[in-house]
Amino acid sequence: MTLPPALVAFWDDFRANRVALGALILGAVIIAGAVLAPVIAPQNTYDIASLNLMDARRPPGFVGSSGYVHYLGTDAQGRDVLSAIMFGLRISIQMGLMAGAIALTLGATLGVAAAYFGGRTEMLIMRIIDLQLSFPAILLALVLSALLGQGKTQLVTALVTAQYAYFARTAHGAASAERNKDYIEAALSTPLGPGSVVFRHLLPNCLPPLIVVATVQIANAISLEATLSFLGVGLPVTEPSLGMLIANGFQYMMSGRYWISIYPGIALIALIISINLVGDQVRDQLNPRLKR
Amino acid sequence: MLGFVIQRLLQAVVVMLVMSMLVFAGVYAIGNPIDVFLPANATQEIRAQTIAAYGFDRPLWEQYWRFLVRLAHGDFGRSLIFGMPVLPLILSKLPATLEIALAAVLVGTLLGVPLGIYAGYRPNSPLARLIMALSIFGFSVPTFWIGLVLILTFGVYLGWLPAGSRGDTVLVFGVPFSFLTWNGLQHMLLPALNLTFFKLAMMIRLSRAGTREIMLTDTIKFARAAGLSERAVLGRHVLKLISIPIVTVFGLELGSTLAFAVVTETIFSWPGVGKLIIDSITSLDRPVMVAYLVLVAFLFITINLLVDLTYATLDPRLRRGRTA
Repeated sequence: MTLPPALVAFWDDFRANRVALGALILGAVIIAGAVLAPVIAPQNTYDIASLNLMDARRPPGFVGSSGYVHYLGTDAQGRDVLSAIMFGLRISIQMGLMAGAIALTLGATLGVAAAYFGGRTEMLIMRIIDLQLSFPAILLALVLSALLGQGKTQLVTALVTAQYAYFARTAHGAASAERNKDYIEAALSTPLGPGSVVFRHLLPNCLPPLIVVATVQIANAISLEATLSFLGVGLPVTEPSLGMLIANGFQYMMSGRYWISIYPGIALIALIISINLVGDQVRDQLNPRLKR
Repeated sequence: MLGFVIQRLLQAVVVMLVMSMLVFAGVYAIGNPIDVFLPANATQEIRAQTIAAYGFDRPLWEQYWRFLVRLAHGDFGRSLIFGMPVLPLILSKLPATLEIALAAVLVGTLLGVPLGIYAGYRPNSPLARLIMALSIFGFSVPTFWIGLVLILTFGVYLGWLPAGSRGDTVLVFGVPFSFLTWNGLQHMLLPALNLTFFKLAMMIRLSRAGTREIMLTDTIKFARAAGLSERAVLGRHVLKLISIPIVTVFGLELGSTLAFAVVTETIFSWPGVGKLIIDSITSLDRPVMVAYLVLVAFLFITINLLVDLTYATLDPRLRRGRTA
């Protein structure tokens, strides 16, 4: 199988930035750890029978009653912190991907529709989007999740509402630029319906900037989810995401048992930073103004 | 110009009305607030009295209409938890929030702009790479996490700084401020530092991007050809050209810091507006939530209006484009 030369050149450019390459590898390792958690984690943290209170709050390196080393220590219930992180990552990544995908679909539809129809529709949609963008996403998400209550669906709703506007603006910008190009006029003059012009011609050409925004927004969604869960308005206790692991360890931090909070936090940051670094590099490569 | 101003003012009023409606309806949907502050064994009679006293038995639109009328009189109702009028309650918490917000945005700008200009001026130097790494770090790491690390480092391990409450305050025209006493300043340092990280990252990014693009333009070529020193090129031309977006963002950020302060204030138990709103969300204190959200909406709409009007003054094309 041969890859298209443009893609090969893109990959060569990407590889040239060692920081971005490192970030890509780190991100891949973290995601692999999360995906494979049920297979490779030392302990299934959802299985209450595997917990032993005798093992609670032990420092990193402690050998527990089950006979294996707790490399990152144990938490207040005797859970292995490493395993809790791997299972917590699953929830965090799942929330990020779901919110990102729904916000992308909703935002792109609105933005492209605004650019395609123009006139009053465009003005109305973009006015609402601009207004929403002037409010900080975190405040919006905070208020919404407080209003809707705790739960996965509620949280995703709050995240999507806080984030779709970024996609809409990007999609609108890209689609307005493409809308007036000759190939769209040409496609419109063929017997294709407006729907297929939008989906087959307009939308694919708006995708590159949207993909970049999507990476950054998925990282943002993960960070927002962690913040909300930390504040106690995000996910319920039955869904221990990274934010909740950090919140659970917060009270023990003052007495010097740093590992319960710190290691989930490091995992969270490593994930967010690696996504952002990869997104940054891709954006720089797609920006024609920085091409030398 | 006058027509444009009137048009934008009217738009702002309409938006404000819609926002107040959404906020009122949204907050109303969180269950029955009566259950929160009456004991479970209260008699039916007391319940009915309380409901009537607060007007919860009226239809929603009537409650909203009364709310609007009272709003017009500057009356946001009484807090169900604190038992005092909401407006003075929020205003009494405002100085604490303003204090750390202003400190954070100022420090972020004064430090971030020079760093960003340097990073854009010498994009490939090691120092510029370090600055950008710092900026990506500040952007990526959630505020609450930086707060935790600050508390752990300076509060728990080193024990240098207190991590909670405002410390000693001084009354200035009857308003308490922390930054005027040594003890208060110590209490302020960690929360303000926590808030600054994001602002710093943002200002670095903004001024770097601006500087990079301006350095490639003819303006800089001619300034250098005229024999200006690099210092003068950066200080007189680059700084002036990037200052327009920076001033805008400074204004907008000051507003949004109020929102970020929610997280910081909760972690550091800083008794500001942000902590008030989190507490009122958890205790379902409806009047406080509604008033806070309406005030925040008002703040942002006003800032947006001012930004739009400033742009229109600076750039005549915008005036024509919008009114046409």
